[in-house]
Amino acid sequence: MTAATFTDKPAVSVPSYLMEEGSTLRSWLLTHDHKRIAILYTISITLFFFVGGAAATLIRLNLVTPQGIFEPGTYNRLFSIHGIVMVWFFLIPSIPNTLGNFLLPLMIGAKDLAFPRINLFSWYLFVAAGLLALFAVIAGGVDTGWTFYTPFSTMYSNSYVILAISAVFVSGFSSILTGLNFIVTVHKMRAPGMTWYRLPIFVWSNYSTAIIMVLATPILAITLALLAAERLLRVGIFDPALGGDPLLFQHLFWFYSHPAVYIMILPGFGVISEVIPCFSRKPIFGYKFVAWASVSFTAVSFLVWAHHMFVSGMSLYAGLVFSLLSYVIAVPSAIKVFNWTATLHKGWISFNAPMLYALGFIGLFTTGGLSGLFTANLAADVHVTDTYFVVAHFHYIMVGGMVSAYFAGLHFWWPKITGRLYHEWWARVAALLIFFGFNLTFFPQFILGYLGMERRYYAYPPEFQFWNVLSSAGASILALGYVLPLFYLSWSLVKGQRAGANPWAATGLEWRTSSPPPKHNFDVTPVVTRPPYQYRPEPEPQDA
Amino acid sequence: MHEVAPEEQFASMEQQADVAAFGMWVFLATEVLFFGGMLLAYAVYRGSFPEGFAEAGRHTKIVIGTVNTVILLTSSFTIAWAVHLAEKGWGRGVAVLLGVTALFGLVFLGLKGVEYYQEWDEHLVPGLNFQMEGPHGQAVQLFYFLYFMLTGVHGLHVTIGIVLVAVMAVRAWKGAFTKDYYTPIELTGLYWHFVDLVWIFLYPLIYLVGRSG
Repeated sequence: MTAATFTDKPAVSVPSYLMEEGSTLRSWLLTHDHKRIAILYTISITLFFFVGGAAATLIRLNLVTPQGIFEPGTYNRLFSIHGIVMVWFFLIPSIPNTLGNFLLPLMIGAKDLAFPRINLFSWYLFVAAGLLALFAVIAGGVDTGWTFYTPFSTMYSNSYVILAISAVFVSGFSSILTGLNFIVTVHKMRAPGMTWYRLPIFVWSNYSTAIIMVLATPILAITLALLAAERLLRVGIFDPALGGDPLLFQHLFWFYSHPAVYIMILPGFGVISEVIPCFSRKPIFGYKFVAWASVSFTAVSFLVWAHHMFVSGMSLYAGLVFSLLSYVIAVPSAIKVFNWTATLHKGWISFNAPMLYALGFIGLFTTGGLSGLFTANLAADVHVTDTYFVVAHFHYIMVGGMVSAYFAGLHFWWPKITGRLYHEWWARVAALLIFFGFNLTFFPQFILGYLGMERRYYAYPPEFQFWNVLSSAGASILALGYVLPLFYLSWSLVKGQRAGANPWAATGLEWRTSSPPPKHNFDVTPVVTRPPYQYRPEPEPQDA
Repeated sequence: MHEVAPEEQFASMEQQADVAAFGMWVFLATEVLFFGGMLLAYAVYRGSFPEGFAEAGRHTKIVIGTVNTVILLTSSFTIAWAVHLAEKGWGRGVAVLLGVTALFGLVFLGLKGVEYYQEWDEHLVPGLNFQMEGPHGQAVQLFYFLYFMLTGVHGLHVTIGIVLVAVMAVRAWKGAFTKDYYTPIELTGLYWHFVDLVWIFLYPLIYLVGRSG
């Protein structure tokens, strides 16, 4: 992309970020290097992914039989742990804090994020929050679900609500600091010539995510603080028995938690927008539309929260407005999906593992998105509210979408991050297992929900057993698909072939430095002269 | 006077100063939303219980509140003056004005403490000793719950502000800043103005609305 200004150097000419500060534990725990902090985050969220995954496994195990295996209270704690851990300790930080942290400065030609110390501090906050969460789990768990709805969470629950919300509260500040860092970095740290329209879409996506982190998370923090005060002091801010309003809690909670859904998908869009052009050898179709679609997601995400509350006793007119606005979200989603598909059109496509994940992402995200239209529709939502239809819908977006995108990105940038190539054959097997396992797990849940099976119950009527067994069978395939990368990726760290600076022949500044990159990313600050995604050879237009 | 080099991720001192100032503005945007959640709750309950909130407002200590408003506004003036002198590189003058600002902050907190004490005496602290008979008791309790949350979080911000301002005063006295390098003073000023601005919203909501009619 900026070939004229500097040359490709051999990968070993300068010590990499893995070597330069030494390899002691201390050098890692006190590092200010965005790349090392990204690795710290990756290790932490991998741990939480398997904690949340273990809870999910037990949930699916319980639902194999209609009467359930666990005590009802245990089951409530299992799905609460699954939700809290997966949302706040895996999905929210998944791509921004790992790949985003690693790549954002590289992609814009900067030496580091704007505030390296704040970046490290944000990781420590995350760890503190994570320990609180794990402590809450070990102490006996929490049974409110990840939404902490009042007055159950404040007046009736006998579980460790205060511990759990403290964990979420602290992790929120970690999220805010990361968002702040990203916004300032993108505004102020771009290399010479790196104009806004030369930014890779990954940067646009993470920038849009960062805005949500900064503007939505404080609302969650203060809401949880009010909740904690109500639980401790027995004051009725959200309890109707004492004059409070539980709807207010739901409004405040979803004012954060709906935009947070876009924290959990926008960075995924960014990854897909990098992978698809690279493995189609074509520039992304409609760059400006894809870029502005990310920003419009951010804007609209703040205006749709109450579609979570259509049956909560909100006014019908509010419901109408929020239903309409929720449909608006489909527009930028469709722009993205159509533009990725158009990028594929007449591309020179290769099916490496990142591309398999990316293609899987498009299918799963589209299914999730389209089922979202059902739930955005007032009348249809009344039928599917609080059923497995909704569970399937958001898992298609968050797990089918975001986790696939995370794996796509992890494989795509693995050679850059570690300097090693992963085992392509195993990676493809895992990608296919995840795709098929995912569909087998969650598609039956659409059917179950439509038939009327309610979510959150430990038991269900026997006629739903067939679909539940199918779903649990799919979950075991999915689990295998998720465990596989842990093995072959770890193996590649030791035995993997060494990667060159640019194994995918990709564009983007991050591929212009060695793999793994040196501590300050570039020997010479790059000067950018061209737009991104200049893939060559580009197929000649055939029918112009 | 010693040379100040930019941190290693920056190309120049100008970039570093620019980044720091922008970072503070983004941080303040987060802060606005942080108070916004509580102000929304206040607005909702004032809408639901207008009479209860009016009655609660009449129990607030308007004299202390007003004096505190004057103090905070004056402290905003002294810190703005400090930033102005920092632009000219008058280190000692900056230190004195920052010291005065921190003192104003302490007086504000002291008066706030007196106010809390009186409210404790009148059994107006929800969850701990709240007692009020009459039709609006519950609404008054809601008001006072939000009052303690809002002023408590604001007081926390004032405390952090005082520490920041005091640290800057000491650094300025020791000559850490020059007319080319005074970003920390400017940022501390921004933060202090924000804390002041929050109070300008709180003052009428707490002390005036119940007395308006």
